[in-house]
Amino acid sequence: MTSPPGAHLPEHPDFLWENPEPKASYDVVIVGGGGHGLATAYYLAKVHGITNVAVLEKGWLAGGNMARNTTIIRSNYLWDESSGIYEHSLKLWEGLEEDLGYPILFDQRGVLNLAHSLQDVRDSVRRVNANRLNGIDAEWVDPAGVKEICPIVNTSPDVRYPVLGATYQPRAGIAKHDYVAWGYARAAHAMGVDLIQNCEVTGLETAGGRITAVETSRGRIAAGKVALCAAGHSSVLAKMVGLRLPLASHPLQALVSELLEPVHPTVVMSNAVHVYVSQAHKGELVMGAGIDSYNGYGQRGSFHIIEQQMSAALELFPVFARAHLLRTWAGIVDVSPDASPIVGLTPVGGLYLNCGWGTGGFKATPGVGDCFAHTIAHDKPHPFNEPFTLERFTTGALVDEHGAAAVAH
Amino acid sequence: MQLIPCPWCGPREEAEFHYGGQAHVAYPEDPSALTDEEWAQYVFFRDNPSGPFAERWSHSAGCRRWFNAVRDTRSHDLLAVYRAGEPMPEVAS
Repeated sequence: MTSPPGAHLPEHPDFLWENPEPKASYDVVIVGGGGHGLATAYYLAKVHGITNVAVLEKGWLAGGNMARNTTIIRSNYLWDESSGIYEHSLKLWEGLEEDLGYPILFDQRGVLNLAHSLQDVRDSVRRVNANRLNGIDAEWVDPAGVKEICPIVNTSPDVRYPVLGATYQPRAGIAKHDYVAWGYARAAHAMGVDLIQNCEVTGLETAGGRITAVETSRGRIAAGKVALCAAGHSSVLAKMVGLRLPLASHPLQALVSELLEPVHPTVVMSNAVHVYVSQAHKGELVMGAGIDSYNGYGQRGSFHIIEQQMSAALELFPVFARAHLLRTWAGIVDVSPDASPIVGLTPVGGLYLNCGWGTGGFKATPGVGDCFAHTIAHDKPHPFNEPFTLERFTTGALVDEHGAAAVAH
Repeated sequence: MQLIPCPWCGPREEAEFHYGGQAHVAYPEDPSALTDEEWAQYVFFRDNPSGPFAERWSHSAGCRRWFNAVRDTRSHDLLAVYRAGEPMPEVAS
């Protein structure tokens, strides 16, 4: 008699969290079990002692953008408002492994944001000065300095978009995105948070201008407060209570190469030629593109975007010419008009909004989790997310990070 | 690469086109009469459905004319294309 395939393998290790049946009612229901939702649940329980919390996830935990980003962490944004929340996040990243008691492979290998034109140079130097005034580590490096930090970057002046220098943030880096989600999920579960997967929210119930419950594919769940952490699907959820958001959902593509020897010691981003590259601990080159121009919820994009991204990558890193592509994918990013997030209260009592992170939400995971939990617990924004209201599109107090942050938006 | 059927030129590669966002957003008739809320709605707020979406495209590397399309944002299928000024056709979602 033959044994079934895999019979010789060891037992499956214990799961880090359970899969409970949803209860009839929770104090706080968080919609979206990605990084932001899990982090919000963790800080609600840890900092504010609110543990009667459910995180509802329509698929599996951290299977959306949390599994699809390029894991870059940095805080070198231009404006004070952005510096505030991203630097708060970076400081939390620096203690997160210890805080969660879980390895997340957080690696402060630095990030270079390349400048390719005189205007790029001026904007970059301005941003370095703004960062320093905000207490953020930043320096301007010339092409020789770029070469010293990352020897494989082509700094020859004879290319179409020569490297004229770069900003460098040494404390920036990468982390293992899956481990971050698992660490938060495990710690939140240990404090009593229910993580409910395969549970899609199909309706939001209100009474007297206040949220009362969520309708889900697994039945009605009453809720004292509801917090939306649904990234690309935020518009769809907000529409359930007649709330219109200034967001457009776009596919954002990324790719990895086959595993290679360590060749790339840092993170390199280029806004002008639009590619950002790092090398994962395992050895894949991880590269991100710009968004596809059209609205889309399909988690896939067009091939010519990948072609453009590869041509940019090859000009910057000729050594990648022989590397083979392993896999491409897309996530759905919710882009706001000023490329800054929307985090705060809504016109519906007890309904809180965390969206509009566009292409840059991963780095904010601990920071926004902490600030959003504060917002929910106190029904009042944390000082770090106070500038990022929905009302700013009416008052005009935008936080315009489009060209300003060297962000590859 | 996706083929987009330009209503003047016929099917062409997506790279020839430029995206213009939601269609049928009319400029306010009397802009100075709008409240801040109404002006914000006009400038910043757009529909963002998961499903059929009426949107503008420009055949920028072809005939350079704008037209409208109804496209399913989940599958990226183009359900209908029609010339500027024509009413939005009925499509099955």
